[in-house]
Amino acid sequence: MAVTARPARWHRNLSAKIAAIPMIATALVVFVGGTAWTVLYSFTNSKLLPRQKFVGLDQYERLWGSAKWIISIQNLAIYGAFSLVFALVVGFLLAALLDQKIRFEDTFRTIFLYPFALSFIVTGLAWQWILNPDFGVQAVVRGMGFESFTFDPLYNPDIVIYGVLIAGLWHETGLIMCLMLAGLRGIDEDIWKAARVDGIPVWKTYLFIVIPMMRGIFVTAVVLIASGIIKVYDLIVAQTGGGPGISSEVPAKYVYDAMFLSQNLGQGFAASTMMLLSVIIVVVPWAYLEFGGKARRV
Amino acid sequence: MSDTIIIKEKPLTYSAAQAARDMSGTATPAGEKGSRVSEGPSGSKPEKTLSRRNIILYGTLIVVALYYLLPLYVMVVTSMKGMPEIRLGNIFAPPMEVTFEPWVKAWSEACTGLNCDGLSRGFLNSVQILVPSVILSIIIASVNGYALANWKFKGGELFFTILIVGAFIPYQVMIYPIVIMLREIGLYGSLTGLVIVHTIFGMPILTLLFRNYFASMPEELFKAARVDGAGFWQIYFRIMLPMSLPIFVVAIILQVTGIWNDFLFGVIFTKPDLYPMTVQLNNIVNSTQGVIEYNVNMAATILTGLVPLSVYFVSGKLFVRGIAAGAVKG
Amino acid sequence: MTSVSVRDLTLKFGSLEVLRTLNLDISEGEFLVLLGPSGCGKSTLLNCIAGLLDISDGQIFISGKNVTWEEPKDRGIGMVFQSYALYPQMTVEKNLSFGLQIAGVPKDEIARRIARASEILQIQPLLKRKPSQLSGGQRQRVAIGRALVRDVDVFLFDEPLSNLDAKLRAELRVELKRLHQNLKNTMIYVTHDQIEALTLADRIAVMKGGIIQQLDEPLTIYNRPVNLFVAGFIGSPSMNFLPGRIIGTGDQARVDLGQGLSVPLAGYEAGGPVGDGLDVVFGVRPEHLTVTREPTSGPSLPAVVELVEPMGADSLVWLRLGPHAMSVRTESTVKLLPGDAVNVTFDLHHASLFDASTEERI
Repeated sequence: MAVTARPARWHRNLSAKIAAIPMIATALVVFVGGTAWTVLYSFTNSKLLPRQKFVGLDQYERLWGSAKWIISIQNLAIYGAFSLVFALVVGFLLAALLDQKIRFEDTFRTIFLYPFALSFIVTGLAWQWILNPDFGVQAVVRGMGFESFTFDPLYNPDIVIYGVLIAGLWHETGLIMCLMLAGLRGIDEDIWKAARVDGIPVWKTYLFIVIPMMRGIFVTAVVLIASGIIKVYDLIVAQTGGGPGISSEVPAKYVYDAMFLSQNLGQGFAASTMMLLSVIIVVVPWAYLEFGGKARRV
Repeated sequence: MSDTIIIKEKPLTYSAAQAARDMSGTATPAGEKGSRVSEGPSGSKPEKTLSRRNIILYGTLIVVALYYLLPLYVMVVTSMKGMPEIRLGNIFAPPMEVTFEPWVKAWSEACTGLNCDGLSRGFLNSVQILVPSVILSIIIASVNGYALANWKFKGGELFFTILIVGAFIPYQVMIYPIVIMLREIGLYGSLTGLVIVHTIFGMPILTLLFRNYFASMPEELFKAARVDGAGFWQIYFRIMLPMSLPIFVVAIILQVTGIWNDFLFGVIFTKPDLYPMTVQLNNIVNSTQGVIEYNVNMAATILTGLVPLSVYFVSGKLFVRGIAAGAVKG
Repeated sequence: MTSVSVRDLTLKFGSLEVLRTLNLDISEGEFLVLLGPSGCGKSTLLNCIAGLLDISDGQIFISGKNVTWEEPKDRGIGMVFQSYALYPQMTVEKNLSFGLQIAGVPKDEIARRIARASEILQIQPLLKRKPSQLSGGQRQRVAIGRALVRDVDVFLFDEPLSNLDAKLRAELRVELKRLHQNLKNTMIYVTHDQIEALTLADRIAVMKGGIIQQLDEPLTIYNRPVNLFVAGFIGSPSMNFLPGRIIGTGDQARVDLGQGLSVPLAGYEAGGPVGDGLDVVFGVRPEHLTVTREPTSGPSLPAVVELVEPMGADSLVWLRLGPHAMSVRTESTVKLLPGDAVNVTFDLHHASLFDASTEERI
């Protein structure tokens, strides 16, 4: 019986390889290539057009010497920290309330989640209107007789980022609640029975048994919120436009302004590289903990 | 990831929540507990609809729900008032005189500073961006996910990993190289260019969605089709497609809301007369010239939110799966 | 004539060798069962023969043709899967005709083949139904039909009965055997169920660790297992293994079982010389032991009853024999109670002796 040699491999699964061309092109050209290009050009003094005139770390020095960038970073830190804590706590509490086998559960869930269907532009404009000091909450409370009442976050540089935070939380908490609810529903009912038999109070069961069991959901939620925080751009544009002054600037807006408004490409590249760096600082340890040595099982 | 986010219906048996309620000794009057013990295991617990626990529970939920509904309510009432009423009145008060003029104006007359034909232009642009983007991105990602799940080939997992890792890279890092590439092929500023951008950035999450779905289908079905002589495309169209309607619906919901709500790509990759609705809306509301017409602004805002909101209210639980998957989007 | 021939087949996943230089010849019309615990490579081997897995090295021939690099559809095989793998959106009829349509078989020929297959399998009333409207047994019949209409020489079965309940499994087993007797196709059948293997097979290949341990007729495998693994895997309740040491040579050789107990080897058909002082494992199946209350004339050993498991027609009696625990199958009419002192007689014709270090049969 004749022995045949292994045929050439390239045409095996040819259709699958053709189908994967867009993915391969995106992964290599846009994700790897584009990122490398931006990082490389962040070391140039590109202005209106990208130029290969390398100036070392000049752009980064200028970046960190810029008040607008420092404020952007501070805002991101404040917004990020509060948004993370509040979204997790409120999301979990709402989910726990909804998990009490209540009536109209679907209605409540629909109400808590609908803001997430809206764009950040719509969210930002709606809250801009509600927080408008002349017509919104402040005006209404003053109209009730409290003449000295002041609540104008969008017009006060010191607290403007909290005004944005209110809108941001309104937008995203529903999603976190949905995640948490799915997590709660995934807990084996025998756990509750066992805790009950052992006489453990409900709040202790949540705190010491249920929440640790939902570790995976919490990790997912943190990654979701964190990746949302770094993207914050549309909300600022719609709600405050970065103002008053530059008091509500964020890094994503800094990058856009540098690249497309002030013809300062080098600054834009440097700022976006810093954004990338901050993502790496957050994501790499998480990926390491989550996937450890088995990184291939993404 | 999306598959972990299916909200399960509660079975009618003894549930965790019931257990929790039964356990909450603090909120349950002692007498109720006592009577339950005397009834023995066969007696069902008497339901007091107005127990203290229920008042606290539903009270909290209703207050929170009101907070969530407030912006929508304010938008709707504002959009139906005339400007004089807005200047004098309370933004929470219902309109004394209902008018739909702001809606008409928002749709066809509002000015952005560049043109004065309202949101209608943005709406048409958004539709022209949305339809091809959704179709193209889903076709590419579904075929790609199918190839990854069923026709494992050398390098497939590597490129897929790069794709998923790439989803975490901030868009800002990749925007300018894309601008250059599109400019080189003459598509910068065109709708086609924006469609390509949406397809690229939708690819990680959609591919993940489809790959996981196809991988969860029984492998033997695929093997049987191969023994039957079906090739790559025959298996895709005749075996896989008819079985994957739900995941396509999820993908469509995800893409429709995501692309409709996009602002960043729209403002960067198109020209003013091609701006999508979100950009048009922002330009109308935040343009500083003239008298600010809050009622028109709010009507415009609602109009822009109408498409994703309708998708949301119509698709319900599938929407939850869709956005949950979409939230993973870098 | 040889129907399927596997030459030096090796399959590696990365550095892991799943199948190791495996050779197998299956003659035309033979019913060969691949038997082994999960992870032994039996399904993998079947998938290689079907062409669903690319092999790392070696050659595969089907009906005299080298098919090593052919597509599954070009190998002249039909395949039946554990999960039935019926296309859920198609009717039974469509399921049967799908492959034929792709192959471009003319319409009337398709109709003829479906008619024949559905008659053989008695699924005519089901043709217009969807798989979700069928019971497990009906689904598996349709799946067999799908292989049947392909009009091929070789059928591959991948644990086809494992998803069925015990009663249905027994019924379909008989049906499969009848089908094979009528059609006389070559069949390669993967299972982890030894009853299926013993009842269906012309020959059984017992696999472990990607290697065929023994390839033989069912009774030979049952009675003369080549090593400890095969001996332990085949048979339920499983064979008793008593570690011991050979004393004496030739006709005088005995197995010393410790505590002064020993069994003479006279009557045992050894494959080679039995060396004095060799550490061995003496294997004997529960049904090849006899228990009596009175001492018998033959070589018997004293034991104590520890536990009795009644199983209907017979009972399994657990004995303590010196340092060893062993089970004996007895008729239920023999009344034994824990603590009873009994005598055990060994049937040396059906016993097995293994080298304790190599685990190979002596």
